[in-house]
Amino acid sequence: MTVEIAAPPVESETSAPAATTREGRGPLLSFLLLAAGRAVLCVLLVSLLTFVLASLVPGDSARSILGVNATPEQYAALRRELGLDQPLAQQYWDWLTGALHGDWGTSTVSGGSVGAELLVRGRVSLVLVVFAIVVAGVLGVGLGVVSAVRQGRLGRFVDVVSLIGAAVPSYWLGLVLAAVFAVYLRLLPATGYTPFGESPVEWFTGMILPGVTLGLTTMPLLAKQTRDSVSDELQKDYVHVLRARGLGERSVLLRHVLRNAASPILTVVGLMVVGLLSGTVLAETVFVLPGLGSWVVTATLAHDLPVVQAVAVCFTLGVVLVNLAIDAAYLALNPRARR
Amino acid sequence: MTRPASAPDGAGAEGRRRAGFVRRRPLAAVAVTYLAMVVAATLAAPVLAPYGADDQDLGAAFSPPTAEHWLGTGALGRDVLSRLLLGGQVTLSGVAISVVVFVLVGVPAGVAAGYLGSWFDWVLSRTWEVVVAVPAVIVLLVVLAVHPNDETLAMIALGLLASPGLARVVRSATMDRRDALYVRAAQSAGLSSLAIMRRHVVPGIIGPTIVQVSLFASAAVMLETALGFLGLGVQRATWGTLVAEASANLGQQPWLLVPSGFVIISFVLSLGLIGDAARDAWAARMTGGSPLPRVPTRRHADPARGVVPDEPVLAGGDDSDVLLRVRDLTIAYPDRGGEVVVVDGVSFDVAAGEAVGLVGESGCGKTALATAIMGLVRGGGRVVSGSIRFGDDELVGADEATLRSFRGGRMGWISQDPVSSLDPRFTIGSQVAEVVSTHSDLSRADAWAHAVRLLGRVRLPNPADLARAYPHELSGGMAQRVGIACAIAAEPQLLIADEPTTALDVTVQAEILDLLRELQADGMAVILVTHDWGVLAELCDRALVMYAGQLVEAAAVDDLVASPAHPYTAALVAANPSLARRGLPLPTIAGTVPPPAEWPTGCRFAARCPHAVDACAVPVSLTVPDVEPPGRRRSTRCILPESFTGSGPRREEVPA
Repeated sequence: MTVEIAAPPVESETSAPAATTREGRGPLLSFLLLAAGRAVLCVLLVSLLTFVLASLVPGDSARSILGVNATPEQYAALRRELGLDQPLAQQYWDWLTGALHGDWGTSTVSGGSVGAELLVRGRVSLVLVVFAIVVAGVLGVGLGVVSAVRQGRLGRFVDVVSLIGAAVPSYWLGLVLAAVFAVYLRLLPATGYTPFGESPVEWFTGMILPGVTLGLTTMPLLAKQTRDSVSDELQKDYVHVLRARGLGERSVLLRHVLRNAASPILTVVGLMVVGLLSGTVLAETVFVLPGLGSWVVTATLAHDLPVVQAVAVCFTLGVVLVNLAIDAAYLALNPRARR
Repeated sequence: MTRPASAPDGAGAEGRRRAGFVRRRPLAAVAVTYLAMVVAATLAAPVLAPYGADDQDLGAAFSPPTAEHWLGTGALGRDVLSRLLLGGQVTLSGVAISVVVFVLVGVPAGVAAGYLGSWFDWVLSRTWEVVVAVPAVIVLLVVLAVHPNDETLAMIALGLLASPGLARVVRSATMDRRDALYVRAAQSAGLSSLAIMRRHVVPGIIGPTIVQVSLFASAAVMLETALGFLGLGVQRATWGTLVAEASANLGQQPWLLVPSGFVIISFVLSLGLIGDAARDAWAARMTGGSPLPRVPTRRHADPARGVVPDEPVLAGGDDSDVLLRVRDLTIAYPDRGGEVVVVDGVSFDVAAGEAVGLVGESGCGKTALATAIMGLVRGGGRVVSGSIRFGDDELVGADEATLRSFRGGRMGWISQDPVSSLDPRFTIGSQVAEVVSTHSDLSRADAWAHAVRLLGRVRLPNPADLARAYPHELSGGMAQRVGIACAIAAEPQLLIADEPTTALDVTVQAEILDLLRELQADGMAVILVTHDWGVLAELCDRALVMYAGQLVEAAAVDDLVASPAHPYTAALVAANPSLARRGLPLPTIAGTVPPPAEWPTGCRFAARCPHAVDACAVPVSLTVPDVEPPGRRRSTRCILPESFTGSGPRREEVPA
């Protein structure tokens, strides 16, 4: 990026303009509070929804833990222990306060603490998502910008890639990559996860195939949006005027056009992250990674509701946090919205 | 695409439209055909499938494609083709269920929110905000954890979950329609809400709905197959479970990935193609019908056209202080597969410090000419031939670095729309400072200080504070002053202003013209593109009149107004409000500037000229008329210049 030219006393463009300081930061703060409030509401709603859905199950957790051969006394005792004899609202409140304190209940399958495993597996999923964002971000934005500037054949190439990319299921792509790079070429491990502490190299090589798979399947969306918004910006008057003032093409593109094109791209990044989180479910299953995604699948198959609930809330929380970050970035980029 | 029965065109027109759709979008037609074939084969699967879905042939397990098993076999020797056909029934019925729910919930909700507005709209927006933050897969997993393997329920949930997205699109389409004039008219004519919806609103939402449905259907196929792959769906052969089978036997028979993957990818791809085509078709109809037929058109300026070459329009002063010398400049734009000339062999000089106007109607090539001087013709246009000399440098064919040093350096550009020509994301000061530092070696602090000085020079109040403001905080007049500050940042010798006052209020116009006159007095030459004689007379000594890509007359502004030597100039002057005579209707010029591809070989104004004679059908060159008194430089492209010289504008002869 080129150097920012601004008034010496002001450190950077993104700091609030003089007028905002004069008028106070009221509107900005209330906007962020509103967004945060919406986020909290969203998480609560999802948790409530999963809770109510789970309570509708014929046969509760006590039944699935004990199996069909338990005596009525054993069943009643466990129900009391799990709080299942309480009214639904009380149960939800207990679960919610527990979750806020890190107690997400007990897995009905393993009997272990859901909260503890959530932390361990959450880390694996987070790493996978970061890998995928890097792959998708570099390829998507790069391809989008280049094809917007070059138009013509490369533009059509991005069209074709995004069309086909949207049609290729991530798990299928993962299997093909695994077949080629792991089974046939034997370059990378096909499945499994090595903790970073054991061997950073194996940790990294193990994350390549899942990360690339997930990144590639979300990349086309980003590439197409980047190309569309960059080509839209390139048509605008100010770009012509900037060139007429003798500015170099690099400065026009990187400093001005990309910044103006960023808002719609950010919106797509938000959608992309939702897609990535969903994608972990498939990618972790294909590559047998011990993350949240593969966990929720086995839990679903095993009818392990506390786990499904916890992961659902975690994923929603992830999406909501990313959207908050995007709102904040949008504000930072857009002086008009800051008022 | 469907149209309401009340539409004026009948079934024949509809058929023709369909045929046109197929011809213009062959890929989409292929996709529709393919989808229909897959669906038909799936429906007929019990008849078509050579084996049952679970028929085993243990001897032929994991066989590659053979005569017995066209697509090979999987574990236990089960026939892949049969399993694909029969599995399609599960997959596609799941998709169909969710699409039906999607449409049945989304469309009514969207129409209601868009047409009725108020609280319902509010509820829809809030629901959308929540739903968009929830990964669909997670909700489906929750549903499936509660009701194991109940795929129907999962697909219903998926349709419900996605329907707010459709509702939002339908809502905005409905609102567009609701606010359209003809719907307003129908309302005031007393049509009932229901009738208005059926007649006017529903046709408007069909297009967007088709696009959304095809997008959602592909998402539904992806999710259904994903559930199958994860083993969470129906415990039978489906497209998804076939991939799972391939996954389990990756080392044994990688071929298994191919048929299952192909069927899913091709199906989703077809849906995507249909969605894209529907969106394009819809956009085309919204913007006024089918795309133009592609006709290769190629018109090039022919130097050997057999006429006397144009005499270049010379600068007012003596030859030694010529700043800009344009010779035989021809500019062409890409057009329907060919190229079309929009500026045709223009030659003129501009002296240092001189203010020259460029007048003509829209579409005459003024802006193309002005931008070409900077080497920045917009919209894919290019200089075909000719020369632009600035001082001692040739600009046509110069490399980009040289051109950049001229742009903003030795010539400044002032644009028509001051607000949209500033980058909305940067402060005024940083945009001016950026130009300053591009053309100098000043430090950041010095560049900023100079930018503030420039803002003061263009008479902006409190330049130091204003430098920290953003473009949207400025009025149009202030924005234009900022634009001028950028243009003069490097003390250019030439300012090119493209209708700099058109977008401004009259009072502000005068201030901007004062500022430009001041800059000219400081020694900057000005090329002013305008169609306003008032503006022209304010600022310019001399003007060039352009019509249909050619210079048709050039003279001192006073002479042009008092005694036009070309009927186009006469008509332009007569049609100008700022010079109109009180109490008389304002004359207009009959007809319009023909598009470049239709310019005639003879006099291009002849078709609109009240004085045209047969001789006007041959090409006319730009010449200095003999009757011109010595010392007054003027040129005209008319074979009958005498009929205007000295006679003044013939208002009565310009058809109103």
